[in-house]
Amino acid sequence: MRKVSRLSRFNIASLAVGLAFLYLPILILVIYSFNASRLVTVWGGWSLRWYYEFFGDRAMIEASWMSLRVAVASATIATLIGTLAAVALSRGERFRGRTLFSGMLYAPLVMPEVITGLSLLLLFVALNAERGFWTVTIAHTTLTMCFVAVVVQSRLGSLDRSLEEAAMDLGCAPVRAFLSVTLPLIAPAIVAGWMLAFTLSLDDLVIASFTTGPGSATLPIRIYSEVRLGVKPEINAICTLVIALIAIVIVIASLASKLSSSQGESAAPL
Amino acid sequence: MTDELPRTNAAAHAAGGDSHPAAGEPLLRIEGVAKTFGTFRAVDGVSLDIKAGEFFALLGPSGCGKTTLLRMLAGFEAPDEGRILLGGKDVAQALPHERPINMMFQNYALFPHLTVRDNIAFGLKRAGMARADIAARVAEMVALVKLDGLEKRKPDQLSGGQRQRVALARALARRPQLLLLDEPLAALDKKLRESTQGELMQLQRRLGMTFIIVTHDQEEAMTMADRIGVMNAGKLAQVAGPRELYEAPRSRWIAEFVGDINLFDAESKLRDGHRLVVGTRDAGKLVVAEPRQPVGESRFSVAIRPEKVKLSRRGPVSEAGHETAINRLDGVIADICYLGGTTTYKVKLDTGGMVQASVANSARLDVDAYSLNQQIVAWFSPDDCVVLPS
Repeated sequence: MRKVSRLSRFNIASLAVGLAFLYLPILILVIYSFNASRLVTVWGGWSLRWYYEFFGDRAMIEASWMSLRVAVASATIATLIGTLAAVALSRGERFRGRTLFSGMLYAPLVMPEVITGLSLLLLFVALNAERGFWTVTIAHTTLTMCFVAVVVQSRLGSLDRSLEEAAMDLGCAPVRAFLSVTLPLIAPAIVAGWMLAFTLSLDDLVIASFTTGPGSATLPIRIYSEVRLGVKPEINAICTLVIALIAIVIVIASLASKLSSSQGESAAPL
Repeated sequence: MTDELPRTNAAAHAAGGDSHPAAGEPLLRIEGVAKTFGTFRAVDGVSLDIKAGEFFALLGPSGCGKTTLLRMLAGFEAPDEGRILLGGKDVAQALPHERPINMMFQNYALFPHLTVRDNIAFGLKRAGMARADIAARVAEMVALVKLDGLEKRKPDQLSGGQRQRVALARALARRPQLLLLDEPLAALDKKLRESTQGELMQLQRRLGMTFIIVTHDQEEAMTMADRIGVMNAGKLAQVAGPRELYEAPRSRWIAEFVGDINLFDAESKLRDGHRLVVGTRDAGKLVVAEPRQPVGESRFSVAIRPEKVKLSRRGPVSEAGHETAINRLDGVIADICYLGGTTTYKVKLDTGGMVQASVANSARLDVDAYSLNQQIVAWFSPDDCVVLPS
């Protein structure tokens, strides 16, 4: 990688302003989550009080648990379907309506969430489905699978097709060639896609609030309804935990995609 | 279930391939093979026999269908028409893994997630060979292509030349009846390419294997192949040995594609014993040996390779001192192109045309060299001319 040559003062200043713009609010939130004071805006010294409070708040814990379950389930299903869609689009024979299909796959990326949420709600009502864990999971799957498909498809696109041909030439039936050559090479993209789906599901409020039912609120819904009654410092603690979780996931995802782009280059002997 | 059959096939072929055809029969017979992509006829009725142990080159400009033909042999494309017989068995519709044919890809297509050793062993594992046998075969291949000490490297830790060797070893490991090489040396620099050409030829002779190489580089084809098939617009234009291809090209297109050539369009002809006296606009009257196939009334050209055109200040002389050359063209040197081993002179003829002469620089000091605008005589023997139908 190219070394960044000397930063001028202007560069440093603009970088600082940019980063501050992005991260100062989050930093303040994190700091105030350790606030001992009962008032959100008044600093009363360091304390872990609101974290204890959160772990004692059954409703919040339940909502967090619900969010995690939905995120894991929907990310897993979305990764499966999204990967299959990406493979079909970039490797399959040219079928009729392929352009339409790939266009439709990307539609949810740009569709306002309100519309996605509302249409799914109408569908679930029409099907008379009981709204709760599964309806939210299905809704999140439809949202996130196209993100997975995009990530995996771009990796497949950059992958040399002759690799699969070489595998077939060396005795693999087509499915076997995919499993033994293509899959290991796109695995980092699949992992990154899963992580992306996971975080998207974790922080979604709009679609979840349309498709969930009574008694099965996700964490963002819970937080949003609490905030409407006034911000408790406990919310800061929860948000800090969510930020930490998402940060970890994003770091893992970017490490995975970095590994995929420099496949073998940094292959330290294990 | 469906996985079983190919695997046993592959095992048989990796174990040595005992289904060689009877003596005299070609190993590979291509019969009227055609392939159309949309409205583009990439390969248009190609028929070709290739003997076991032959080093065959498919030569042609890009887009001539040579790679498509190779891909049909490997099984990546199915021909729309025709048959591909390997050892007497039609394999035209067989899948790549069902054919005892291996291919070396132009970009090598090494598996980036596998080490050199695992790349070479890949096809052997799929053939169901025992572990010990695989290890022995990989070691043999590594020694064969001189990759010792690099077995644990990944492809991107290798140089271009080393990658090329891994690709070759991987394709050879299964001991295919037929090895296909798609522009195998295109990515190497000139020096490495030349030494690798020699190594490939040695290897092919030592293993007694049948090689089909696709290339757009005529020197490469000439150097390595026993026979060359020149392709143009999906058709085989000529199949011949390197010498015949160069000295007796069958058409004007081939003559121009393979090497440099001077061409003079004929306007009239007159028979004179075993010779033809041809009237040309650009070079006046030329005397040529009568072609084996009479030209009849069709239009034709007289062709002469630049290295067969001699130059001198005074006129035609032979080694013995007496005049043999009948074709004598007067002109002035219009262009000089020094190439090291040879110099190419362009001579502007008094009759209006141009002729190129390639002269070996046999002396270090330029006492023999001609200078620009110098009056010169270009001459050549009738036997060195080729008559080509236009």
